[in-house]
Amino acid sequence: MSYDPPASGTRPDPASPAVATPMLQVEHLSMRFGGLVAVNDLSFTAQHRDITALIGPNGAGKTTVFNCITGFYKPSEGRIALQYGDAGVWEELGALTERGTRSTRRGDGALFLLERMPDYQVTQQARVARTFQNIRLFAGMTVLENMLVAQHNALMRASGWTVLGALGLPSYRRAERAAIDKARYWLDKTGLVGRADDPAGELPYGDQRRLEIARAMCTEPVLLCLDEPAAGLNPHESAELGDYLNAIRDEQSTAILLIEHDMTVVMEISDHIVVLDHGQKIADGTPDEIRNDQKVIAAYLGVEEDVADEVLAELPGAPP
Amino acid sequence: MEASHSTVRVDLGRAIREALFAGLIAFGILLPLIGFNTVQNIHNELVLETRWALLAAMVAIIAGGRFLYALLVTPWLARRAHAPRRAHAPAWRAALGRWFAPFAIGFAIVYPPLALALSGPQGAAKWVDNFGVQILIYVMLGWGLNIVVGLAGLLDLGYVAFYAVGAYSYALFAKTFGLSFWLLLPIAGCLAAFWGILLGFPVLRLRGDYLAIVTLAFGEIIRLILINWVPVTNGYAGISGIPRPSFFGIPFNADDNGFAARFGLEFSPIYRTIFLYYLILALAFVTAAITVRLRRLPIGRAWEALREDEIACRSLGINTTNTKLTAFAMGATFAGFAGSFFAARQGFISPESFTFMESAVIVAIVVLGGMGSLVGVAAAAVIMIGGTEIMRELDFLKAIFGSDFDPTQYRLLLFGFAMVLIMIWKPRGLIATREPSAFFKESKTVAAEFVREGRG
Repeated sequence: MSYDPPASGTRPDPASPAVATPMLQVEHLSMRFGGLVAVNDLSFTAQHRDITALIGPNGAGKTTVFNCITGFYKPSEGRIALQYGDAGVWEELGALTERGTRSTRRGDGALFLLERMPDYQVTQQARVARTFQNIRLFAGMTVLENMLVAQHNALMRASGWTVLGALGLPSYRRAERAAIDKARYWLDKTGLVGRADDPAGELPYGDQRRLEIARAMCTEPVLLCLDEPAAGLNPHESAELGDYLNAIRDEQSTAILLIEHDMTVVMEISDHIVVLDHGQKIADGTPDEIRNDQKVIAAYLGVEEDVADEVLAELPGAPP
Repeated sequence: MEASHSTVRVDLGRAIREALFAGLIAFGILLPLIGFNTVQNIHNELVLETRWALLAAMVAIIAGGRFLYALLVTPWLARRAHAPRRAHAPAWRAALGRWFAPFAIGFAIVYPPLALALSGPQGAAKWVDNFGVQILIYVMLGWGLNIVVGLAGLLDLGYVAFYAVGAYSYALFAKTFGLSFWLLLPIAGCLAAFWGILLGFPVLRLRGDYLAIVTLAFGEIIRLILINWVPVTNGYAGISGIPRPSFFGIPFNADDNGFAARFGLEFSPIYRTIFLYYLILALAFVTAAITVRLRRLPIGRAWEALREDEIACRSLGINTTNTKLTAFAMGATFAGFAGSFFAARQGFISPESFTFMESAVIVAIVVLGGMGSLVGVAAAAVIMIGGTEIMRELDFLKAIFGSDFDPTQYRLLLFGFAMVLIMIWKPRGLIATREPSAFFKESKTVAAEFVREGRG
């Protein structure tokens, strides 16, 4: 018995080329901590099966945006809508917002307002998975156990909320074998299958980063949020990571939202880039557009503060 | 030759310095504690007495001990730290690891007949009751708390509250309604679990020290309720005449249809004691079996994941609220079982039995045993509780220290010693490694340095 990943196409693909509807729509998102405005009136969208990068200088509010999307923070203002399945469900957005509930379904489509959901439900129901800037593995548990914890909800159902599993029913044993097969599938893809029985804390840094992504994929997400996955990796490992993310996107039809400082990786794999500075969006477009955007160059790509003023002054429409 | 001579001299100088320093500190602390003593003279007046000789002796013992430690133990520790680490544990240790648990279980099963054969019905009562039953109660409590502290990583200092809930539920229901022990056992477990969840709710957001303080307060609240709710609990006086469990309907008494008469034995209270021993042994085994089973189920893995990293748990869609509450409820259930057994065994309970000291002892057992390890916790319970019981047996010490010497007074000293020794020798408990709950090819023990202790 082996795990068959959901092949591309079996998952309902609403984004027909003619009418491109987004999967994630962030509108007027603001997050304030006391007097500090970490994110200010940010709006952007991410498309199905796209790799969207969120870039910006340190302290620009990228991780805060992530924490709002994944439910770790409750935004001060704004709406974060996520949809998968039948795209027609987007029509319910206004009604859903009025009603004050968290989600709605139409056919096989589901629409969620993430800002209303607690963190674990964002993963459990809206199927958004995430990784962390500082790796958060279960260091004292083996690699395999890490992968099994990620399948907690499915296994919990299969074990009849522990009761049936404690009795040792065959249905639970089957479910556990399937979960181990799924873990093996992802470990195989990540090249970690040989270390499955070692404690996660024993892995070298690069492997820990990849294990965290593999673990997130075990939750079968429709949107995978990666917070600086290439941090601390060497150029070779970064290139491998790029291929790996492309493979996830192509084979699983999982959309990826990415925070990254490594511009080689970002420019290489992103379909769409959103640039933040001081909590505000300063640019939004394809890698080519971003590469040539004066504001981005000034704010982010290494122009000195005094030169940045000159650059900005030269831009059309700048204040005198 | 020259070099080695100089190192020896340096060590000697350091040892003398450390000894003087330790002696100075000891003098400062012990001067008011030992140097002065107040006694009542025949006119009922308090007079101050000085005990310079005793003070000098104590300071000399401490300074001398420090001198020898610095001279002999410190270099040995340094050498050991520099010695290359052996890649594999010696064979005897692996064999010990494999055979210890089955041997211990076997010994626990044959222990009462063994005690009966060796010391007769009169002497065996002490061995089976004071050592066997007493230790097993704490083994069970340790295993129950191990779920909360060892697996889920939630430091609970008020565990004795659930023990009390179990004990009072059995006592009150059995006395008021005359229900049997076997019916009340699950009821006591459920009530304790209910209180476990009730405690769980307010402390969900707390972590680490804050959690410890609130759980500690909860333990005290339950005790104060037991003291002050006199119409129900009878306050300080406690509840006496609690029905004793029968052998599946056959009472343990001297009657014609009592246990001894039915089985053609001469009447002796030892049979009840042995029955109680096997009862608590069975309850402890149930606790262990359930814990082992749950560890391999998603809920057990979620508990351990919670101990390792709560935020990562939430990012994987785990409802940490429910996970924490189930850990509290599960741990409390076992305390409830143990509590109702305690009430049935004693026949008398009062709030005295459920002080903070009990919680501290149970936490100490779990921490000394190594959080999460069933074998370690059981071993720690044997050492801690067996050790204090042994103290009662050391009557020969009276010949040395005088007839008013009471070894049981030194119980806390023993605790302190055990704590300090474990902290030096095995800072993460007797068994700090953990066995994985699932594996592909081989189950490799996870080394202690990777396993986290949880922060709440």
